[in-house]
Amino acid sequence: MSTAPLLDVRNVETFYGNIQALNGVNVSVSEGEIVALIGANGAGKSTLMMTIFGTPRASSGTISFAGTNITQLPTHEIARLRIAQSPEGRRIFPRMTVLENLQMGASLDKLKYFDEDVEKVFTLFPRLKERLTQRGGTLSGGEQQMLSIGRALMARPKLLLLDEPSLGLAPLIVKQIFDAIRELNRTEGLTVFLVEQNAFAALKLAHRGYVLVNGRVTMSGSGKELLADPEVRAAYLEGGRH
Amino acid sequence: MAMAETKKSAGSATVAAGLREAFYAAVIAFFMFVLLVGVKTDQNIHNELVLVPRPYLLATVVLIAAAVRFLQVVYLTPFLVAQKTVDAGTGQLPTAFALRFFSKPNLVIGLVMAAGLLLFGNSLQAAVGPYWGAYVGLLRAAAIIYVIAWVIFYFRSFISAHSYSLGFTILLVYPVVMVSLFGFQGSLKWVDNFGIQILIYVMLAWGLNIVVGLAGLLDLGYVAFYAVGAYSYALLGTQFGWSFWILLPVAGIMAAMWGVILGFPVLRLRGDYLAIVTLAFGEIIRLVLINWREVTNGAAGISGIPKVSFFGVISFNVSDPNYISKVFGIAQSGAYYKIFLYYLILALCVLTGYVTIRLRRLPVGRAWEALREDEIACRSLGINTTTTKLTAFAIGAMFGGFAGSFFAARQGFVSPESFIFLESAIILAIVVLGGMGSLGGIAVAAAVMVGGTEILREMQFLKQIFGPDFTPELYRMLLFGAAMVIVMVWKPRGFVGSREPTAFLKERKAVAGSFTKEGHG
Repeated sequence: MSTAPLLDVRNVETFYGNIQALNGVNVSVSEGEIVALIGANGAGKSTLMMTIFGTPRASSGTISFAGTNITQLPTHEIARLRIAQSPEGRRIFPRMTVLENLQMGASLDKLKYFDEDVEKVFTLFPRLKERLTQRGGTLSGGEQQMLSIGRALMARPKLLLLDEPSLGLAPLIVKQIFDAIRELNRTEGLTVFLVEQNAFAALKLAHRGYVLVNGRVTMSGSGKELLADPEVRAAYLEGGRH
Repeated sequence: MAMAETKKSAGSATVAAGLREAFYAAVIAFFMFVLLVGVKTDQNIHNELVLVPRPYLLATVVLIAAAVRFLQVVYLTPFLVAQKTVDAGTGQLPTAFALRFFSKPNLVIGLVMAAGLLLFGNSLQAAVGPYWGAYVGLLRAAAIIYVIAWVIFYFRSFISAHSYSLGFTILLVYPVVMVSLFGFQGSLKWVDNFGIQILIYVMLAWGLNIVVGLAGLLDLGYVAFYAVGAYSYALLGTQFGWSFWILLPVAGIMAAMWGVILGFPVLRLRGDYLAIVTLAFGEIIRLVLINWREVTNGAAGISGIPKVSFFGVISFNVSDPNYISKVFGIAQSGAYYKIFLYYLILALCVLTGYVTIRLRRLPVGRAWEALREDEIACRSLGINTTTTKLTAFAIGAMFGGFAGSFFAARQGFVSPESFIFLESAIILAIVVLGGMGSLGGIAVAAAVMVGGTEILREMQFLKQIFGPDFTPELYRMLLFGAAMVIVMVWKPRGFVGSREPTAFLKERKAVAGSFTKEGHG
């Protein structure tokens, strides 16, 4: 990875009022990579995701994407640079149908590539096609997660941010979703940055990983290295294997 | 023998339960009404405020509550349960009760009664005197309502399938029917007080629906935009003599501008906080209208607002050379203007509805609805929530402004009194009762709420029953309260609670047709 990384987070600090959530975080994601960020509850994983999107703002440090400094950009303009997100808690539109949710994902291009892209999403998650006219809020948790990722993909992203895609899902569904992510990365070269508590699945999927503890990156390395690391195993994997 | 005994003991147990429940109801009713009904404040001869106890009235209310509860527990509930078991056997459960109520023999009775009372009701009323005549009027109204309900019930599937075109057709022929039934002078009340009044509220509620129903921004000061539209027309029309057709868009633009002005400071607010600020905004506009006397003439208002003309071709001013009765050579009547206004507000309503339906399918409308659902998700999908909110405020306000200028033209007079907070509350209540986002539901809610208020005015026979001090139209808030309780208990999401999807794949028919079968589409 000699070229500049696609996403570069440097010395970022974020506060919620007086409480410091991120304490000088350095993370980089290169084009074509899957990078996982693992950590315990409250380590600041989701905060980092949201900080990349500008809510809350980083109080110091810089975040750049494809050479552009996005630290102070409004959220919707960050999204216009083709960063898409499947946020924590999925945040699908519950009263709108699956199809309308996907349309919302494609609003950047004003639905120009909608027909083409929606077919891709259906190949990836055939279940969504069956649920097309159903309202988002009536889907099961796994289907909502698929919809959330599908909606993000409709924006034709260069970088996909996934916040806990496995949260609250049955292991089989988690596997389906992770397989879909791997497939996207392999065939389309999609760059993925994901935050996970399910460290084992995430590190197996990812090329590289970071470990976040109390708002600081304490460890980084390839997915395999981290999986083999005794400290990581003790903290995040023992007893948590799926 | 043993069977009979169990039946008897079960019966006495029900009666005991009924008595107990009746007692509880009486106690609750007593404490609820002891201050509301049991005492009345009055002024005595020294102009002092005194409490007048009304024990008999209170006792009547309490007894009625107890009796109703007793009858409900002992007779109604067992009857309904037994009926349900029987109907479950016949397999027509949901409509069985209604089918019996709307049976063909009942219709014949209803029809005969309605027709007879329509023909001979007036002479009958004259014969029996005002007291019993009032009941004759009530009976006639009940018979007509029953026949209409019967028709609606038997054609309900047809009606729900063609609700929009059917509703529009009825609205289109409504003045014609009224004129042919009651003549030009007699139709005035029905076209003006019912038709125009209801349609103004339909339009206002549809306009507010864009802000509250679609974009999910709770606005308690909507009447401010109505006021801006009304005063724009009133001031510009009286000062410069500009025509309604120029000032209608001007009023819309003015209101939209004020919508944006209100929108900017409240962009970051949602829910309760937004509601309070918009409420304050509505009051500020009203207070400015009262106190800025040099321009608005204060609380006295502006009178002599010019009438609307038919695009300048036909005038409705008796003195004009192109007055309608001179153009067509017909008798003079104020009804022509009202009928014209009726069609004008109908056209404005159609415009509002059409724009709303179109907008919902465009990116901006979809963005409004997405904004209502989840603002953060919206932003991370690249939607500029600032402009989205501002367009919702502006377009909603614009329709309020249109309605306002129409209101000014219809009344010929505006004063700040027409734009009090209660108006905002009523419009919002119509939107909520009808079902946020649903145009049809809102139109029905407006017809019931505003039409119901007007019907209360018609119920003068209640004066015969409750005494001459009784003014039925003062009880319209009771109507609102009752409607709200009923709708919120049975239909918590409003009269039409389900949201219609706006997007379909190309093979739309296949999706719609196989809706019941999942996994196909």
